[in-house]
Amino acid sequence: MAGIGGAETTAKKTRWGILNAVVVIYALFPVLWIVSLSFKSKETLADGNFIPRDWTFDNYSNIFATTEFVRALANSIGIALIATAVAVVFGTMAAYAIARLDFPGKSLLVGVSLLIAMFPQVSLVSPLFEIERSLGLFDTWPGLILPYITFALPLAIYTLSAFFREIPWELEKAAKMDGATPGQAFRRVIAPLAAPGVFTTAILVFIFCWNDFLFAISLTSTEKSRTVPVALSFFTGSSQFEDPTGSIAAAAVVITIPIILFVLFFQRRIVAGLTSGAVKG
Amino acid sequence: MSQTTTEKSGAAVKAVEPKKKVVLSEGKRAERKLGWLLCAPAAFIMLAVTAWPIIYSVYLSLQRYDLKFPDRQEFVGLDNYVTVLSSPYWWNAVWVTVVMTVVSVVIELVLGMALALIMHRTLVGRGIVRTSTLIPYGIVTVVAAFSWRYAWTPGTGYLAELMGGDPVLTEKIPALAVVILAEVWKTTPFMALLLMAGLALVPDDLLKAAALDGASGWQRFTKVILPLMKPAILVALLFRTLDAFRIFDNLFVLTGGSQGTSSVSMLTYNNLIKGLNLGIGSTMSVLIFIAVAIIAFIFIKLFGTAAPGSDDGGKR
Repeated sequence: MAGIGGAETTAKKTRWGILNAVVVIYALFPVLWIVSLSFKSKETLADGNFIPRDWTFDNYSNIFATTEFVRALANSIGIALIATAVAVVFGTMAAYAIARLDFPGKSLLVGVSLLIAMFPQVSLVSPLFEIERSLGLFDTWPGLILPYITFALPLAIYTLSAFFREIPWELEKAAKMDGATPGQAFRRVIAPLAAPGVFTTAILVFIFCWNDFLFAISLTSTEKSRTVPVALSFFTGSSQFEDPTGSIAAAAVVITIPIILFVLFFQRRIVAGLTSGAVKG
Repeated sequence: MSQTTTEKSGAAVKAVEPKKKVVLSEGKRAERKLGWLLCAPAAFIMLAVTAWPIIYSVYLSLQRYDLKFPDRQEFVGLDNYVTVLSSPYWWNAVWVTVVMTVVSVVIELVLGMALALIMHRTLVGRGIVRTSTLIPYGIVTVVAAFSWRYAWTPGTGYLAELMGGDPVLTEKIPALAVVILAEVWKTTPFMALLLMAGLALVPDDLLKAAALDGASGWQRFTKVILPLMKPAILVALLFRTLDAFRIFDNLFVLTGGSQGTSSVSMLTYNNLIKGLNLGIGSTMSVLIFIAVAIIAFIFIKLFGTAAPGSDDGGKR
């Protein structure tokens, strides 16, 4: 990499431009392909062309006409939002304690969350399947929300405690000296400073829950609580004898939209969140 | 505001107790109590959903327990372990998992390093590059897997056409190659981000000094950047290795585990959900847990302080 201290010549810029283009194409190719498939009509679906010859919205209107997909979308959104909310609240409490308070057992908690971050999720599938069946949690929203919270918590605790360490907490004391009540000091001074970190964590946790496939396919059995990634893998097309490719592609694009929006609007935060907890050592 | 009230009442309760062996000030004790209270919900959920089931799965693994014949449940000792460990399917799955893990992590490390350098040093369009690399990270794995599946399926796919129309996903080795490609595409950006954070810690002055002393670009990379980035690289490697061990989504969609492409996760799932054999499924769960624990232990022993979490208390 010859960029150090040199003049920013046009040649260099062009070279970087080409490298960047390679990266962008690498990242977007599979996404564009599934988008292309979702817009192809039934007749041209199998032509193998990268750009549809014949654009249509049929695939989208078809999937939104099936309860299978609409129900799964509602499940996905509800489960991911609830799990995110709970994980962020509990994670914030724990991370605040880790970053600010001194108490025995703190390093144990950090150690446990690290272990859970590395925990092989598939090891939990068999026992959870049996436990949830006997508790009546199998194939329900809480049955998925609980494992999601569990595996989101280490992520939330790490990211948030890294953020909380950076907050200038003296400001809280200063506000109290100026006559603010503890409540006011928290609302006016600390909350605004902590909000970006909490928000970033919420995005990361949501992406994690939105993405899960293993728990969703093992701990559900009906439309009642199946999430979209699972429903996708069971798609048989809007009528029984139809090739599901178009429907799958359209559904896949629909669940990719929130991810694309997050990435577009919060790129900087996501990068900061992903790297903050990880590289301190 | 409930936090402040619990803090106060906690201190009040403690204050009534006899003060003989008290070394801690009241404020200190209140702080401890608040700390425990704040951590309790997180700790409780994490342990309830992981520790208890894993203990339970050890118990299940010692039973003959097939949900198709629930009446015939009985204690069979280590029979399930013997069955699994003498099964050629299990060992094939172990090899598939190990090969996929090693190959994909090595490729990811090299590509991820290149990507990190590009993102770190590029003179133009940094925002665009970072935004687009986050898409593979964020996209639902199943979605990406379907995209690859259709791309490689003769008839619908552009990649299959390019390769001469052979059905790649129906033969073991090419199918595994496609699964590895899908894994690498999906997770290289995450690797790159972790490495980029490590790159940011390399002081520019040091690189300039090395350049002045006549070090070439490659020498600066191997002699200055790499040693300084060791902790970041190890963290990234550890997480990716353990993660690759759990390859499931891509395999499920791309091959469904046919043609001997099952990973251990896939095999466990098939025994449990398709075979409804809880005993065997739990045995595999326990074996995977042990394998992951050993890998994590080796990494942490080897690299000691480089592991995340060992840094706590550094700047409180």
